[in-house]
Amino acid sequence: MAFAALGSATGTADRTPLKTSRVAMLLLLPGLAYLLLFFLTPLVSLVVTSVEQPVPFGDVGQFQLAFNLQNYAEIGLHYLPHFARAGLFAILATFFALLISYPLAYFIGVKARRWPALQAVLLTLVIAPFFVSFLLRTLAWKAIMSDDSTLVSVLRSLSILPSDGHLTGTWFSVVFGLTYNFIPFMTLPIYASLERLDLRYLEAGSDLYASPASTFWRVTVPLSAPGIVSGTLLTFIPASGDYINASSSFLGSVQTQMIGNVIQSKFLETEQYPTAAAMSVALMAVIVVLVAGYVATTGTEDLL
Amino acid sequence: MRGSLFGRWLLPVYSALAVILLLIPVVYTIVFSFNASVKSNILWKGFTLENWTHVCDARGVCASVANSLFIGVIATLIATAIGTLMAIALVRFKFRGRALVNILLFLPMATPEVVLGAGLAAQFLAVGFGKGIVTIIIAHVLFCISFVVVTVKARVASLDPALEEAARDLYGSSWQVFWRITFPLLLPGILAAALLSFSLSFDDFIITRFNNGGVETFPIFVYTAAAKGVPAEANVVASAVFILALVIVIVGQASSAARRKRLAREA
Repeated sequence: MAFAALGSATGTADRTPLKTSRVAMLLLLPGLAYLLLFFLTPLVSLVVTSVEQPVPFGDVGQFQLAFNLQNYAEIGLHYLPHFARAGLFAILATFFALLISYPLAYFIGVKARRWPALQAVLLTLVIAPFFVSFLLRTLAWKAIMSDDSTLVSVLRSLSILPSDGHLTGTWFSVVFGLTYNFIPFMTLPIYASLERLDLRYLEAGSDLYASPASTFWRVTVPLSAPGIVSGTLLTFIPASGDYINASSSFLGSVQTQMIGNVIQSKFLETEQYPTAAAMSVALMAVIVVLVAGYVATTGTEDLL
Repeated sequence: MRGSLFGRWLLPVYSALAVILLLIPVVYTIVFSFNASVKSNILWKGFTLENWTHVCDARGVCASVANSLFIGVIATLIATAIGTLMAIALVRFKFRGRALVNILLFLPMATPEVVLGAGLAAQFLAVGFGKGIVTIIIAHVLFCISFVVVTVKARVASLDPALEEAARDLYGSSWQVFWRITFPLLLPGILAAALLSFSLSFDDFIITRFNNGGVETFPIFVYTAAAKGVPAEANVVASAVFILALVIVIVGQASSAARRKRLAREA
């Protein structure tokens, strides 16, 4: 399982004695029933809803099955930019989160090993943002980057930002917000795999005359690959469906709307359920394909 | 690399900057809980304790926190029970279809929240089930189960099966073995999973928004207020939750460090 890296070792089933699978089924039953009823069935409902059409002369929000793909065609006609932005923003956020998190995780997991107390403090600080409402943290950034903030006036006086330039409501603020939000999700799994890294491998690298850089790229990075894969998935997937950062009352504007913004407004504001459902199905399909391809090429199928 | 400019200076400084970046909004939120603001809490108007002493004065804050606490507790209890059973089954038993169960548990974590939320909402719509506190709980249990399984699984895997075998050799019944041996040993993992579930539930916005009907949770309150300005009392709630969670984490770490030290001394 990709997220097992967050915990410790798994899969020691081999050394435990074989027991009857009937007990196992009994233990699994409530969970499987729950997932069937409230995860798989809703996905089917979503697919069914996505091929519905408005009832002729019916009220707003009334639909009937039509079995055609008109709602999907509408995505291609009007909402490709929103899909593209979602993909692009999520990729950028994943990249920047990795850039920030890897050295941080390396410091905590490898360099700070000699000081367990420092390790514990740093780990606590990394998860600390989780304990403050995610919406309020995003609003804090909005205030820090707002037009009359100190930050913006400094940037304007240094001519880094034009005198009428903004930080909020731009691609920058949305990608920044997404990056910020997912740094802990990136740092923790990478830390978990680096923390177990056997330092003798690094010594072996330098004994064999590898430069520190090539030891890093050819030993450290491959050994922490499971953490990198978990971290990038934990960032990319939620980021691609996020609509808080990109929404106008947070860090975004009309120009930064992602597919999540469209899905929520169609579903919750204008009650165009079929269009929203078609977009959700398309988003899910794209993500499943991307994730499967990514996991296959990084050669970490055993994550599942 | 040891002793190099990179290892000695660049990496610690970079890491410190990353941690500072992480903490800026946390500090901001706490500082602005003391802001003497009237309506919008964006500009600093001076220090006051008023927001802390009169949290419930801001309309909707306390009612939404009460809803979030109730939903969080119920969803955590259900998800932790269901998830713990699944984790035990997955680590301790071999059965056909294990891989399939693992994939089924992985999928909700790999599904964007909008899709989970819209899917559940579409289903409730299709069967004509009214949205409200029950649908929020159903949704929260759903996204918590997978995280509970992952957390408890790690704990089950680190248990020595010999302990349970010893109990059975001493003629303990399966029931006794579970409650007297397995469960106490799993307890730290179960508690960690419950804490994780509760914090996921308490902070969830996206899935909740699709399934809340008219019920206002704390994140829904903040989102609705965001358009016209969030009252400082919301920052008070967030700061209080933050301090409480920090205390729990520190106590947890200290007690496990103490236990490790004691075990090391006995060994």
